[in-house]
Amino acid sequence: MKARVYVTLKKSVFDPQGKTIADALHSLGYGGVTDVRQGKFFELELSAPSADQAQKLASEVADKVLANPVIESYRVEVE
Amino acid sequence: MSIKFGVVVFPGSNCDHDAHHAATDVLGQDAEFLWHKDASLKGADVIVLPGGFAHGDYLRTGAIARFSPIMPAILDFARAGGPVLGICNGFQVLLEAGLLPGAMLRNRDLKFHCEHVTVRVEQNDTPFTAAAAKGQRLRLPIAHGEGNYYADAAVIRELEAERRVIFRYCDARGEVTAAANPNGAVNNIAGLCNAARNVVGLMPHPERACEATLGSADGLVLFRSVVMALAHEGAARTA
Repeated sequence: MKARVYVTLKKSVFDPQGKTIADALHSLGYGGVTDVRQGKFFELELSAPSADQAQKLASEVADKVLANPVIESYRVEVE
Repeated sequence: MSIKFGVVVFPGSNCDHDAHHAATDVLGQDAEFLWHKDASLKGADVIVLPGGFAHGDYLRTGAIARFSPIMPAILDFARAGGPVLGICNGFQVLLEAGLLPGAMLRNRDLKFHCEHVTVRVEQNDTPFTAAAAKGQRLRLPIAHGEGNYYADAAVIRELEAERRVIFRYCDARGEVTAAANPNGAVNNIAGLCNAARNVVGLMPHPERACEATLGSADGLVLFRSVVMALAHEGAARTA
């Protein structure tokens, strides 16, 4: 089973990389891109008996290791 | 009687020898390197988590080092009141390990800053600032890409109320200004301590500024402080 984990800085935390990318896009004329938030993407191969168990396992490692809950939030998708 | 510094070595540490040199050759104390896979602190009286790029800064700075086999012993040592100093990457490890609150973001301007800065000693009731004066200015080098200290507003309020901000970036006259802040850290925070005040982390490198030959000897006061603090403690125990 596979899980995808998306980690991004929390909305309340300034993202200097996202801001720089947005500024670059604006200078290229992409005014339609109003904001950019940069994040991280992980693909996990899981050995789990059910989708629920996979979700639980991926969420646990995201919370403990992949994301730092002080500054980041995460989202888990299991397929 | 000399005290023993334990300098932790992670794969990617690069200021471990500077810290060892400051403790032994400059201050005449004992020091021993502690490999991250060891589980023993080898009788060290004070622990230094040095600067560098532990595990290549993979995932997040300090994120992998936090799970090193030596960390449980360091957590026990810190909880028992033992003095622990985290310098630069070592500070980032302390944040990831939860020994200090908050986290580091990329520098505000996304640049790696390698330069000398001035910091002001805000409090001298920690083992690493006991020999310094409040308001004393220290000229220290910084070398980091992620030193933009962040904690949410409630944590910052708590840190300030409990006088746990130990070093602040300032200008040459000691004024804390936005222009003197190299990385965007909240409230110009360059270093802080835990609630018990025995664990201190800072982004600048005092171990690289312990001899005039190196451009500044201002960092030596942190090492002298802990020697003094432990000597007092020893004297109190035998009294």
